[in-house]
Amino acid sequence: MSEGVDEGLRSELQKQGVWVTSMQELYNWGRKNSIWPLQFGLACCAIEMIATAASRYDLARFGGEVFRPSPRQADLMIVAGTVTKKMAPQVVRLYNQMPDPKYVIAMGACAISGGPFKQGYNVLKGIDRYIPVDVYIPGCPPRPEALLHAFMELQRKIDEQKLTGAGKAEFLKPQQPSEFPVPAFGAHDLQPPSNPDVFRPPHLERA
Amino acid sequence: MESLEQIKSRIEAAIAGASVTIVPNPGPANQPSLLIDNEHAFAAVQFLRDDAELRLDYCSSVTGVDWLDRTVKKTVKVKEIVDGVEKEIDRAEEEKIPGYLEAVYHLYSTVRKHGPVIVRMRTTDRLDGAHLPSMTPLYRSAEFQEREIYDLYGVTFEGHPDLRRILMWDEFEDHPMRKDYVQPDDFEYEPTPHDEVLERAKEHYSERPTIDGAEPVSTQP
Repeated sequence: MSEGVDEGLRSELQKQGVWVTSMQELYNWGRKNSIWPLQFGLACCAIEMIATAASRYDLARFGGEVFRPSPRQADLMIVAGTVTKKMAPQVVRLYNQMPDPKYVIAMGACAISGGPFKQGYNVLKGIDRYIPVDVYIPGCPPRPEALLHAFMELQRKIDEQKLTGAGKAEFLKPQQPSEFPVPAFGAHDLQPPSNPDVFRPPHLERA
Repeated sequence: MESLEQIKSRIEAAIAGASVTIVPNPGPANQPSLLIDNEHAFAAVQFLRDDAELRLDYCSSVTGVDWLDRTVKKTVKVKEIVDGVEKEIDRAEEEKIPGYLEAVYHLYSTVRKHGPVIVRMRTTDRLDGAHLPSMTPLYRSAEFQEREIYDLYGVTFEGHPDLRRILMWDEFEDHPMRKDYVQPDDFEYEPTPHDEVLERAKEHYSERPTIDGAEPVSTQP
């Protein structure tokens, strides 16, 4: 909700036919209802993503139907499927090529943590090792409803982003990186195996 | 189709110096195979493909197998003189078989509607750059599968037109399907570890902090 305008006064004015809003509210309202996802899929989750965009589940109801085949025109990256170590640099590069503000949904167990391929040598254990993720959806694969839920969560997140002040959105801060280092193919693994600036797993006390 | 013994004798008759061994496969599949020496394997497979009776014109799959060094225990009947009397005694013997890499080809005939004839080739050792002759000039379908064996097992196929890694990246040095492959350790964060993942994750667990001067609990067993 807009800051500085009393909720009661707003409601009272609205009854008189005067609509009061703020720049931030208008801006976020426009942004959240027109999220253009990047059109790319990595594995079976992509099939669910296609189903979500098709007529039955109809992502267009939430303003996300414009799948763009170019990262330059996309706002949202849906990492739909298994990220192999061979594909990971390309995913990071696509993310780097997207203009700010940009958002990432990690769709499915593989994109979150490697999923059933966790013990394999060739699957990245979560795309959040290299790029920041906004919404995680568990599932193998997640149903279209789950992707819609993630989409609505992302809309809520966009709606709450502030344009000014101390708590303003990360992408508006000039020192905030918009690009992240692309991992290189090493002799035994990707180099580096994770980006410590992005990947900060919680420390678990265990024995 | 002819029996494997007949095929074996026909190969040996057609190709001078070829040594063919029938490898039995005791088990539910019961698919014995022909082990051909590397020097004559190409000519032998060409014979299997072009022979009027066999016409094995289709290579359905190429498989890599990694055999580590192993010892096989077997009992051998030995005649010995015990207390002046000759007796037959079972003696346990151990045979040491050095490790090798194997490529297995499944050949079918689409014309004669028979198959498979299974052909094996073995490298002399498990070192990097172990060599085998490539069957790609005979069967185009072997091209990608030989590249896959090259990628995952490290077998170099002589005569392959385009031998590169196919699944892993070119800079990769290991051969992941080998039994002694050591995978990168990226188990530093496992929210819900169990079984093997738990074992791997435990190596990353930190020491518990000592509270009120209690004995420190070690993470290592």
